[in-house]
Amino acid sequence: MARQAKATELAGKLLEGSELALARLISLIENDSASMSDVLPIIQHSLGRAHCIGFTGPPGAGKSSLVNHVTRLLREKGKRVGIIAVDPSSPFSGGALLGDRIRMQAHSLDPGVFIRSMATRDSYGGLSRATGHVIKLMDAFGMDYVLVETVGVGQVELDVMNTTDTVVVILVPEGGDSVQLMKAGLMEIGDIFVVNKSDRPGAEEIALQLQVILQMNARYAQNTPPILLTQSIDGLGVDKLVDALRDHRKGLNGAVLEARRKERRKKEFEETLAAVLIREWRRLLEADPGIREKLALVLEGSTDPYSVIEEMFPGGIIRQNQE
Amino acid sequence: MVKKILMAKPGLDGHWRGAMVVSAALRDAGLEVIYLGNQNPEAIVHSAFQEDVEAIGLSILSAGHIDLIEQVVDCMRKKGMEDVILVVGGTIPGEDIPRLKEMGVDAVFPPGSKIERILEYFKQARKRSDEPTAGG
Repeated sequence: MARQAKATELAGKLLEGSELALARLISLIENDSASMSDVLPIIQHSLGRAHCIGFTGPPGAGKSSLVNHVTRLLREKGKRVGIIAVDPSSPFSGGALLGDRIRMQAHSLDPGVFIRSMATRDSYGGLSRATGHVIKLMDAFGMDYVLVETVGVGQVELDVMNTTDTVVVILVPEGGDSVQLMKAGLMEIGDIFVVNKSDRPGAEEIALQLQVILQMNARYAQNTPPILLTQSIDGLGVDKLVDALRDHRKGLNGAVLEARRKERRKKEFEETLAAVLIREWRRLLEADPGIREKLALVLEGSTDPYSVIEEMFPGGIIRQNQE
Repeated sequence: MVKKILMAKPGLDGHWRGAMVVSAALRDAGLEVIYLGNQNPEAIVHSAFQEDVEAIGLSILSAGHIDLIEQVVDCMRKKGMEDVILVVGGTIPGEDIPRLKEMGVDAVFPPGSKIERILEYFKQARKRSDEPTAGG
């Protein structure tokens, strides 16, 4: 149980403000998310203070550069900022080239900024599975803001919606015509929309089209989200983005924020349940040759998974504790 | 085996192909490579500290390797990062290699080094005393 003792010790040091403990804990959770079960009880009471903001959009839209400018403005206000920059893992080698940090070098020696790069590993939703845990670690560490930058997404990688308080969707003028903007997915998850690289031709037009299309969406019927023009090369318009972030956080009054966080906790619970189930299943598989034989039928393709599961667990897998 | 490495070019060295070729090869070998580009020694070490990497790779073609590495090693010592592997590639004259090793560099890959040898090195390398799996 050396692992458990180590996680507990690091969690204690994290609350005391140790940067080393934060760095080490992130590695621990990234390599074995079950360690979070040792950490959570210790940090639970220090959670929920940070405003967590997701930045998402297609590759090359300027997510890292915008995060860099937002960080600069937040630092000018004296806020402490944690940054999680996610880049994709190779589906072939498992390796990754994490290159977001290169855009944030202005903050590399700032003691009020902690930047961590993460590879998606075996996740396909635009974030790494451990992202939610790492947000909690940075929150408990005392960050006022946690900025999460997703991998460059296409249209369906929407994990960020269920992981952060405020979602910023970043587009560029070359993003396509209005039919692209009408498609489901990315265009429905933003709380704030940004047209970056707005010095390029077509920026005003795409912002206008976006406004028309968002107004047609039932999700935005009550109020249309802000649509802002920015240029991350020189930071133009980023001050308006920071204002919009603050306004969105204010608008998330108690009930709305709590509903959002409740939804997130529900998802976390279900993910934890699935992980626990799979772990128990693997243990069973190792111990029981009969089960292995049944699984072999699925592996060779002669039986479908549903029939085998039904046969193995006729009463259902989860049974409630009956008094 | 090393899983996570930070690659950087200390100082004002404009050359980038060597660092990119090695980074891409390490990525294809399954490593997570944080590519930092140009940075000063202090920022390189601080970034490696936050990223909790097992190794730092430096690419130096400016002939300033003795000075630069001295600064990197010094910063690492101040942060208690003696257990992080330090590897240097680039135009390093053979006669400087013993001195660099004495300063704390774990491996030097001078011009002509085969990619396979570099990959093999990271496969074997293991320095951290407190691997997450140890004793767990």
